[in-house]
Amino acid sequence: MIKKRIVITFPPGLAEKPLTYHLVKDFDLVINILFARISPEEEGKLVLEIGNSSEEQVERGLAFLRENGAQVEPLSREITWNEAECIHCGACTAVCRPQALALNPESWELSFDQDRCIVCEQCVTACPLGILRVSF
Amino acid sequence: MAKSYEEIAHRIRQGKAVVLTKEEFLKAVDEQGVDRAAETVDVVTTATFGAMCSSGAFLNFGHADPPIKMSRVWLNGVPAYGGLAAVDAYLGATEQSELDPTYGGAHVIEELVAGKRVRLRAVSQGTDCYPRREVETWVSLREVNQAYLFNPRNAYQNYAAATNGSDRTIYTYMGTLLPRYGNVTYSTAGQLSPLLNDPYYRTIGVGTRVFLGGAQGYVAWEGTQHNPAVKRTDQGVPLGGAGTLALIGNLKEMSREYLRAAVFHRYGVTLYVGVGVPIPVLDQDLAAQLAIRDKDILTSVYDYGVPVRSRPALAQVSYAELRSGAVTLQGRRVPTAPLSSLAKARRIAALLREEVRAGRFALNPPVQPLPATTPFRPLTIRQAEGEE
Ligand code: SF4
Ligand code: SF4
Repeated sequence: MIKKRIVITFPPGLAEKPLTYHLVKDFDLVINILFARISPEEEGKLVLEIGNSSEEQVERGLAFLRENGAQVEPLSREITWNEAECIHCGACTAVCRPQALALNPESWELSFDQDRCIVCEQCVTACPLGILRVSF
Repeated sequence: MAKSYEEIAHRIRQGKAVVLTKEEFLKAVDEQGVDRAAETVDVVTTATFGAMCSSGAFLNFGHADPPIKMSRVWLNGVPAYGGLAAVDAYLGATEQSELDPTYGGAHVIEELVAGKRVRLRAVSQGTDCYPRREVETWVSLREVNQAYLFNPRNAYQNYAAATNGSDRTIYTYMGTLLPRYGNVTYSTAGQLSPLLNDPYYRTIGVGTRVFLGGAQGYVAWEGTQHNPAVKRTDQGVPLGGAGTLALIGNLKEMSREYLRAAVFHRYGVTLYVGVGVPIPVLDQDLAAQLAIRDKDILTSVYDYGVPVRSRPALAQVSYAELRSGAVTLQGRRVPTAPLSSLAKARRIAALLREEVRAGRFALNPPVQPLPATTPFRPLTIRQAEGEE
């Protein structure tokens, strides 16, 4: 039994296919959707946590996704925040759904909670100072 | 009882003046009431730290030998305007490098302020009196003759909030707006913002000394698009963008702490500018204006997903609601995020309080008030010169 976090990127168009349905139904995977950004005309992104499944089951499921044109990567990347350069404007918090980036309501200074981050990378372009970066 | 500028200056010299930041003043009002606070408090400091596109710097490089009449000028590859006297130029904050659109005038200004040298390149036709046709060298702030920030429009008195009702993410000067009303962004310091604390410009006018980017600067003129005639609440708070200030100050004295280059993705380069204004508590009326709170300051939320000038206003919200983290749009709770830094604005207000207290930052009445009524016109697209 393994547990892993993966990032699935869909080209536009693939979003209509019920891929996660197949993962559950055909490959018997136990999945938890951490993040989903899917719309017909844009590139989609899914961050899944797969648990309670055997390594082999997981591999078969992921192979199925790849065959369907999705990109599958482990969630090994992380966001780094150059705190010393931060002006605490809050522009990044506008796009951070899981509230990994949040302004303290008293001090109005930014904090970054790595554990909440699902590496959706939305903040990377949203930060006007370019101090949120993806590192591998 | 009214106080004069002289009386306040006298109390500052004696070390007796009560100078508070705007937020401290609100506490004083809670404790003493406005009437009493009007008597006991002499000066209230206000500030903002936000992206202000209409910013830039005048520079004079000095003459080379043989001299050149610079007609086209680049600093670190960013074009500066050279259509002035021989070695004068204006570098606009939003001008982008010809090689890298994510580097622009604001970055050059920030590097200069950080003490770095930047690459200067200029070309010319060559004249009898200015024979040189090209120059390439490195310059720093210490080595140029004059370098002053001259920002045609800063410190907007209130500004609309933004959202996006379209189906795709849009990238704007109001930040990244998520589809289907996914978020709302707003961009003023709210109750701390200078012009919201003196809504009829009684103490802020041409010649008013201000904090600008870490230095002492001045209000040079009304800002571009100054629009005092907008609708206001009973307390005088404009319901949308209204007054603006043109500010000037010595770039050589400024600091990177209060002047930062920024890039709004797929929009362009801009400059975050720190502006602070101390407001003398001259009388009860001014004290009442200074007592304004985020809950009393309203603005409209516009749908930036609609690409026309007259975007529909979706809702009117207060800054207290915006600051709470979510507002209600069409029956749904939508998360909010600021774009200007309240943390930095507070730091400026506190710094200014210390400077005023210590007598290092003098308050002076405006030399000339800002216009109280200027219409704000749109641009008409005409096919012929004579067309109405
Ligand atoms: S990548 Fe950025 S926006 Fe996405 S969850 Fe992590 S911190 Fe938030
Ligand atoms: S957008 Fe960038 S500068 Fe602004 S608070 Fe976030 S990390 Fe800091």
